[in-house]
Amino acid sequence: MHFETVIGLEVHVELKTNSKIFSNAPLHYGHEPNTNLSVVELGYPGTLPVLNETAVEYGMKAAMALNMQIATDTKFDRKNYYYPDNPKAYQISQFDKPIGEHGSLDIEIDGKKKTIGITRLHLEEDAGKSTHKDDYSLVDLNRQGTALVEIVSEPDIRTPEEAYKYLEKIKSIIQYTGVSDVKMEEGSLRCDANISIRPVGQKEFGTKTELKNLNSFNFVRKGLEHEVKRQEQVLLSGGVVEQETRRYDEKTGETVLMRVKEGADDYRYFPEPDLMHLHISDEWKERVRSTIPALPDELRDKYINEYDLPVYDADILTMRKEMSDFFSDMVENHQADPKLASNWLMGSVNEYLNKNNAELEDTGLTAENLTGMISIIEDGTISSKQAKKVFSVLVEKGGTAKQVAKDLGMEQISDPAVLSGMVTEVLDANEQSVEDYKNGKDRAIGFLVGQIMKKSKGQANPKMVNQILLEEIQKR
Amino acid sequence: MNINELTVEELYSKIHSKEIKPSEVVGALFERIEKYDGNIKAFITLTKEQAEKTAAELDRLQAEDKMDGNMFGVPVGIKDNIVTKDILTTCASRMLHNFKPVYDATVMTKLKNENSILMGKLNMDEFAMGSTSETSYFQTTKNPWNLNCSPGGSSGGSAAAVAAGFVPYALGTDTGGSVRQPASFCGIVGMKPTYGRVSRFGLIAFASSLDQVGPMTRTVRDNAKVLELISGEDKANDMTSSNNQDTDFLTGIDKDIKGMKLALPKEFLGSDVDDEVTAAVLKAKERFESLGATVEEVEMPNLKYVVSSYYLIASSEASANLARFDGIRYGYRAENAKNLEELYKKSRGEGFGDEVKRRILLGTYVLSAGHYDDYYVKAQKLRRLVSNDVQRILTDYDLIIGPTSTTPAHKYDEVEIEGTKEYKNDILTIPANLVGVPSLSIPCGLTEDNRPIGMQLIGNHFEERKIYNAAYQFETLYNLHEELKNLTMGAE
Repeated sequence: MHFETVIGLEVHVELKTNSKIFSNAPLHYGHEPNTNLSVVELGYPGTLPVLNETAVEYGMKAAMALNMQIATDTKFDRKNYYYPDNPKAYQISQFDKPIGEHGSLDIEIDGKKKTIGITRLHLEEDAGKSTHKDDYSLVDLNRQGTALVEIVSEPDIRTPEEAYKYLEKIKSIIQYTGVSDVKMEEGSLRCDANISIRPVGQKEFGTKTELKNLNSFNFVRKGLEHEVKRQEQVLLSGGVVEQETRRYDEKTGETVLMRVKEGADDYRYFPEPDLMHLHISDEWKERVRSTIPALPDELRDKYINEYDLPVYDADILTMRKEMSDFFSDMVENHQADPKLASNWLMGSVNEYLNKNNAELEDTGLTAENLTGMISIIEDGTISSKQAKKVFSVLVEKGGTAKQVAKDLGMEQISDPAVLSGMVTEVLDANEQSVEDYKNGKDRAIGFLVGQIMKKSKGQANPKMVNQILLEEIQKR
Repeated sequence: MNINELTVEELYSKIHSKEIKPSEVVGALFERIEKYDGNIKAFITLTKEQAEKTAAELDRLQAEDKMDGNMFGVPVGIKDNIVTKDILTTCASRMLHNFKPVYDATVMTKLKNENSILMGKLNMDEFAMGSTSETSYFQTTKNPWNLNCSPGGSSGGSAAAVAAGFVPYALGTDTGGSVRQPASFCGIVGMKPTYGRVSRFGLIAFASSLDQVGPMTRTVRDNAKVLELISGEDKANDMTSSNNQDTDFLTGIDKDIKGMKLALPKEFLGSDVDDEVTAAVLKAKERFESLGATVEEVEMPNLKYVVSSYYLIASSEASANLARFDGIRYGYRAENAKNLEELYKKSRGEGFGDEVKRRILLGTYVLSAGHYDDYYVKAQKLRRLVSNDVQRILTDYDLIIGPTSTTPAHKYDEVEIEGTKEYKNDILTIPANLVGVPSLSIPCGLTEDNRPIGMQLIGNHFEERKIYNAAYQFETLYNLHEELKNLTMGAE
C-alpha cells in the first residue's frame, strides 16, 4: 500500500519590538533571568495590558509579506491555562479574529514551483521559560510578554523536504521584513509540526501526531522523515496511529511519545476585556505596506532575469536581506559584474561569515571595497592568489582594495614602459634562450618569463609580460 | 466644631484658611475610629503612623503657605481592592492576607498628588463578590445606622466609614452595584462613573468589563469634586480609560433643573421592591417635580434578564482574573504541597472563600467548550438588549431614576444569605454596569425603623455632570446630613 504524507506547520516568530507587547518593559535576548520585567509581566494584581502598536504593525508587516489579507476589525482573547511560566494563568492571544488570514508562499521542489497555503497569522504574547531540575523548576519571565506571531500553514505540505523549504522561505521572508531576527538558536523562530499519512487516493486525513522540540530546520526534516516511517509501520502492521504529541530526540533521530491527547484541550477562550477592539484602517494598512522592502522572490527573479545569475546563486543571495542588499549595492551602485560579485559573496564572504558566526555589517567589507577588489583583479593589478590576502585584510579591517594591495606591496607592475625595460634587460642577458625560442623550443619562453618575474620580485603583470616579451622577441 | 462632621469641602477650606491643621484632622478622626471601629469594623488596615507623618509634613507646608493640591490635608479611606504601595492590600481575602503591592493604583497616585491623607484600607466582600460585606475573610462590617444591619457591599467598609464619620470620603468599586448599594444602605452618596471615566490600573480586577472605581461621600458636591480628581485618561496603564474631557462637574452643579426630563421605568418599582422603598421613590418623584423636572413612567422590558446576564459575564471574567492567584509569586501559599498541581489546588482551595469559589466555578463552567455559546454568548446578547433599552430611554429623557436597591439594609437576624438567592437583589444596580453608563445613588428617605433608602440617577455615557446637577438640586430638598451626625453606633 502506498501512503501520502500530509504535513501542517505552526511557526512562532518573536517580533523584535523594543518593548513587550503589553507593557513598556524592555526586551533583550540573553539578559540575567527575571530582569526584563514590569508588574505586567509578573501578572501583578491590578495590572492591565497596554497594546504596543509597533507589535501590531510588525504583525501586519509579516502577514502582508506572506500575502495575507489583513483584518479590518480584530481583537484579542484570553487563552486560559495554568503554568508557572504563565503568570496571569491566561495568555493574551487572538482566537477567532486573527490579524492576518488566507496567505501563501511559493517553494521550489526539483525546479518546480509549489504554493503552500497559510491559514492564519495571529498576534500573542510569549510565555516565560521554565527550566526543570531534579526536584525543582526555575522560571525566567524575561521572555514573558514578548510579542509573538503564530503562523499556521494549510495542510498542503506533502514531504519533509517541502516542510524544510517552507520553513526556509518563511524565515527569509520574515527576515526581509525586519520584524524578527528569526534565529532558531535563540528561540526567535520556533516550529511545531502536525503530520499524518493516508493511503494514496483517500480524501480524509489520517490521525495526526504533533511533533515538538524541533530545534533546527534539519531536525524538522529528520523528525518528519522518521515520523512518516513510524506511522507507515504502525498502519502496515494493522495498528492505528494515536493522536499524540511526540518529541524529536536529536540523539537517536527518532520521535518519542510525550503525551496522548484525549480530545481537544479546552482553553476557555473569551474576548480580552482589558483591550479595546482593534480597528485597522486602510490608511494604516497602506502606511505599513509601504515599509515592506522588495522580498526574496522578487529579487530572485530579478537576479535571474536581469543579471543572468544561475538559479542557485539567486537562491543563496536572497536568503538574507543583508546579503542581497550588499549584492544589489555592488551591482547597481558600483557597477560590479553580477556573476563575479555573486561568486565572491557566495564563496569567500559566506565562508568567512559562517566561520566567524558574523554578519556582513560586522566586517570591514563594503559594496565599494569589494567591488574595487574585483576590478583590480580584472585589470590585472593583483592576481587571484594575491586577492585572497587582500580580501582577508578588507574583511577584517576594511579600507580600499587598492590601498590594501599597495600596503601589502603586492601591486602588480603593469606599466608597459617599466615592463619593457625589464624584458629588454632579460633578453639581452639570455640571447641563447631567444635563439632557442626562435628555433622552435617553446619551453624557452617559460624560462624567460621566469627570469622577468624574478627580476620584478613577482610583481610583474604576467599577462602583460607575455605580451611584451613576444613583441620584443619578434623585433630581434 | 466636630471635625468628623465636616465635609470634604469644609475640611479643605478650613485647612486652607489655617483654621485647623491637617494633624488635628487626622488626630480627631483616628480618635473617632479608635472609639467606634471596634463596633463598625470598617477598616482592615489602619495606616495611622504614615498618616500622622504625612499630616505633620502637611502642617509644615501649611505654615509655609505651600498648600498645593485640591485635597490638601483631607483624609481618605480606600477600599482594600485598590493597590497601595507598601501598604497591605488584601481584597478581604486570605489569598492576599500578606500582600504588599510594589506600586500605587492610578487613583491612589492622583489622590496623593492632591495631598490627600490615606487613613487606611477598608473592608469589603472578598474580591468584591457579595453585597453584604460578610464574605470578607477578616470581619463583617456593621451598618453605622443600626449595628444589627449590613452596610451592604461589596464596598461596605467604605460606605460605613463615610457614614460613621471616620473619613470625609472614601473610594469604593462598583461592578454590579458595589458602590451604590452600600451607599444607599448607609445613607450616603455613591457614584459608579461611566466605564472608562476612571483608570482601573491598580484596581484588583473582579470583572474587567464592568469594574469602575467610584467616590463615596456625604454630599453630592463632595462626590463631584472627588470624581473630578480621580477621572482622566490613563492610556499608559489602562487602554479602556477614556480621554473624555468633560470632568468639571462642579461648575453649574447648582443650576436649576426646570424642564429636565426624568424617566422612571415601571420595572424599577416591580413586585420585588420593598413597599417603603417604593414609597420613598414616589416621594422623590414629587420632589423632582417640585423642582420643575418632569418624571414619566417608561418601560425597560429587558430588565428581567440583567441578573442572569451579569452573573454569567462577571463570573466568566472573574474566573480568568482570579486564576493568577496560584500561591507562586505572591499571596497565600499552602504548605506541604507535594507537586505543582497540589500547590495550585491547596493554595486556591485554602486561600479563597466559598463565594469566590462559587463564582470561579460558575465562570469556568460558562466558558467551557460546549457551554460557551449557550451562556457567555447569550449573556452578551442580553447585555446588548439591556443596553438598547437604556439608550432608547436616554434618547428621550435626561436621566433614569429609580430605587438603588430593592430593599433597605438587611438585618442580620432576618436575612440568611444563601448561595445565589441574593444575586437577584442586584437587579436595579446591574444595568448601569452592563451598559457602562454612570449612576449615582443618593439618599431619598428612611424606613419607619430608621434605615436609609437610596435612589439612583442614571445618565448617558459621560453625562455625570447632568446627574450631579439633578442630585444636587434634590439634595437641597432632602438629605441625611443631620442624621449622619447623630449616629450613635452603639458606643454612646
